[in-house]
Amino acid sequence: MSANYMPIKSSFSLSKGLNRLVNAEALIGYLFILPSLIGFSIFYAYPALRAVYISFLDWNLLTDAKYIGLENYQTLFNDNRFWDSLRVTLLYVLWNIPLQTVLAVFMAVMLDRFSTVLSSVMRGILILPWLMPNVVVALLWLWILDPSIGLMNEFLKALGIGRQPFMGSPSQAIQSIAGINIWRHVGYTSILVFAGLKTIPKSLYEAAAIDGAGELLQFRKITLPLLRPVLVFVLVTSVIGSFQVFDTVAVTTGGGPAGSTRVIIYYIYQQVFERRINMGMATAASVVLFAILITVTIVQMRLLRSGESDLADYQ
Amino acid sequence: MTTQQAVGPKQTRVRGGQILSYLALLILLFITLFPLWWVLRTALTSPESVFSHVSSLLPVNPTTQNFERVLGLIDTKDLIGEGVVTSYMSTATLDFWVFLRNSFIVSSSITLGQTLFSSMAAYAFARIRFPLRDKIFFIYLTGLMIPGIVLFIPNFVFVRQLGWIGTYQGIIAPTFLMTPFAVFFMRQFFLGLNKDLEEAATIDGASRIGLFWRIALPLVKGPLVTLAILTFIGSWNDYLWPLLVGRDESVRVLTVALGIFREQTPQGAPDWAGLMAGAAVSIVPTIIIFIFFGRKVVDSIQFSGFK
Repeated sequence: MSANYMPIKSSFSLSKGLNRLVNAEALIGYLFILPSLIGFSIFYAYPALRAVYISFLDWNLLTDAKYIGLENYQTLFNDNRFWDSLRVTLLYVLWNIPLQTVLAVFMAVMLDRFSTVLSSVMRGILILPWLMPNVVVALLWLWILDPSIGLMNEFLKALGIGRQPFMGSPSQAIQSIAGINIWRHVGYTSILVFAGLKTIPKSLYEAAAIDGAGELLQFRKITLPLLRPVLVFVLVTSVIGSFQVFDTVAVTTGGGPAGSTRVIIYYIYQQVFERRINMGMATAASVVLFAILITVTIVQMRLLRSGESDLADYQ
Repeated sequence: MTTQQAVGPKQTRVRGGQILSYLALLILLFITLFPLWWVLRTALTSPESVFSHVSSLLPVNPTTQNFERVLGLIDTKDLIGEGVVTSYMSTATLDFWVFLRNSFIVSSSITLGQTLFSSMAAYAFARIRFPLRDKIFFIYLTGLMIPGIVLFIPNFVFVRQLGWIGTYQGIIAPTFLMTPFAVFFMRQFFLGLNKDLEEAATIDGASRIGLFWRIALPLVKGPLVTLAILTFIGSWNDYLWPLLVGRDESVRVLTVALGIFREQTPQGAPDWAGLMAGAAVSIVPTIIIFIFFGRKVVDSIQFSGFK
C-alpha cells in the first residue's frame, strides 16, 4: 500500500517545493505590507469598529463605561443643539460649495485662455492659499474681517458701504467662514477643473466654431458636459470635506455667536472637551455624520450620473 | 456685406473679452496675494500702531519686536519694565522656537515613516503575488471614506490608554505607518513601471528587497518626492488631532500654539501684531516648499483628479 502511494508522495513533495517557492514570495509580500497592515489595523480598522461600540456606552473616560444600547442615539436625536449643528453645517455647505465650484470653473476656463507660460505661473500662485494651514488662514481673515478695525470694513467704507459685523453677528458668521474657506480652496479646485479642461479634444470647439456656435454656447454644449467626470470628483470630495469643517470655526468663532457657527464636528468636539465629557454621545454623532456623508455621496453620484461619459455622444 | 458686419463686432467683442480676462486675472492675483502681505504688514507694525493706523498699506513704525516677542527672544517682563507693554500686547510668554521645533519633529517623522512604509506596501500590492493581496488593498481603500472624526475619538481613547497624551509619539502614531491615500498614490506609479528592468535584475540574482530598493524606488523618485511634500504640508497644517492629544507646551505644534495664543489674547482687542508675527513664522516652511516645489504640487493635484 505504501508503495502505491510513493509516486503520489513524490509529486506532492514536488508541488510542495513549488509551494515553498511561492510561499517565500508570499512571505516577502506580507513582510512588505506588514508595517502598513499594523498601522491600518490599529488606527483605521479597529477604531472604526470601536467607534460603533463606544456609541453604545455611557462613558466619561474617568469612570467605568456602562453599556446603554441605543440610548445615546435617542438622546442625540432629542438634542436641539445636535439638530442645530446639522442645520448650521448644511448652511455652511450650501454657502461654500456652489460659489466655490462656479468660481473655480470660471477661473479654470480663464486660465485655459492664457498662454501656457502665464497659465502655468498663475496656477502656481493660485495654489498658495491651499498650502497654508487652516489655522493661519482663519486667523488672517479674522483680522481682516474684524468688525471694528478690520481692513475689509475700511475698504467697504471707501466704497460707501456701511460697516459689517461679519463673524461678530449670527446672521453673517457662517457665511464669513464659508467665504474664508472658498478663498483657501478655490485655487486648488480650479486646478482640478483646469486639468479636466485639458482632456476635452480641441477639435470639438473648432467644429462648433465652424457651425457658428458662439463661445457661450460652446461652453454650455461642449465644456460643461465633458467636464462632468471631473466635476463629479470635485463635488463629491469637496462636499465631503465641507461637511467636516472644524479648524476655521475653532479658531475664529468657537461655535458662536449664539451657536450660529456650531458645525457638527464642533458639536462633537464639545462633547469630548468642553461640556460634560460624553464619549458615547460624541461617537454616536460621528457615526451619524458618517451615515449622512455616505448618503450624500451616493445621491450625488446618482444625480451626476458619475459612471457615464458624454464624450461618446460627440464622436 | 452681411458677413463683414457679423465679423466686425465679434472681433471687438473678443478683444473686450481678453481685456476682461486680464482684468479678472489681476483681481485674482490681488485677492490671493494681498492677504499674505497683510500678515507681514501687521507683523512688522508696532502693536499700538495696528490700532491707530488701521488702513495704512505699509508697516507703521516698522519693528521686528513682534517677531522677537513670539520667538521668545525678548521677555515680555522686560517690556513691562520699560513701559513698552500696552494693553494691545499679549503678556503670555511665547516660545515659537519650541513650537517650530515640535512641528518639525512631528512633520518630519510622519513624512519619513509614511512615505517609506506606504511605498513598501504599494510596491507589494503592485508587484508581489500573495494570497488576499487585492482584498487587503480594497479594505485599505475603504479607509479613505471614513471621516477623520469617526477615527479620532477611538484613537484618542487608545492613545490615552497607552499613556501617550502629550507626547510626540501620540501625535505621530496614527499616520506614521500608512495612510490609505499614500499607499494608493504610490501603487499607481509602481503599476506603471516597466517590468523588464526588474526581470533582468532578477536573472542577475537581485532579491526582492534589492529590486524594491535599488530598481523600483529610484524609478518613482518624482512621485515619491511629491508624496513626501504633500505629507509634510498635510501634517504641518494639521490641527484637530494634535489639538486632541498634544496641547502640552513641550510637544505643542505651531497650529495648536496659534489657536491657544488666539484663545489667550484679549477678546475685545486681540494682539493682532503678535498673532500675525506667529502666523508669519508658521508659514515659513510652507513658503519655502511653495518656492521650490510649487510646480510639483500643482502637477500632483492635476493627477489626483483622474484617479
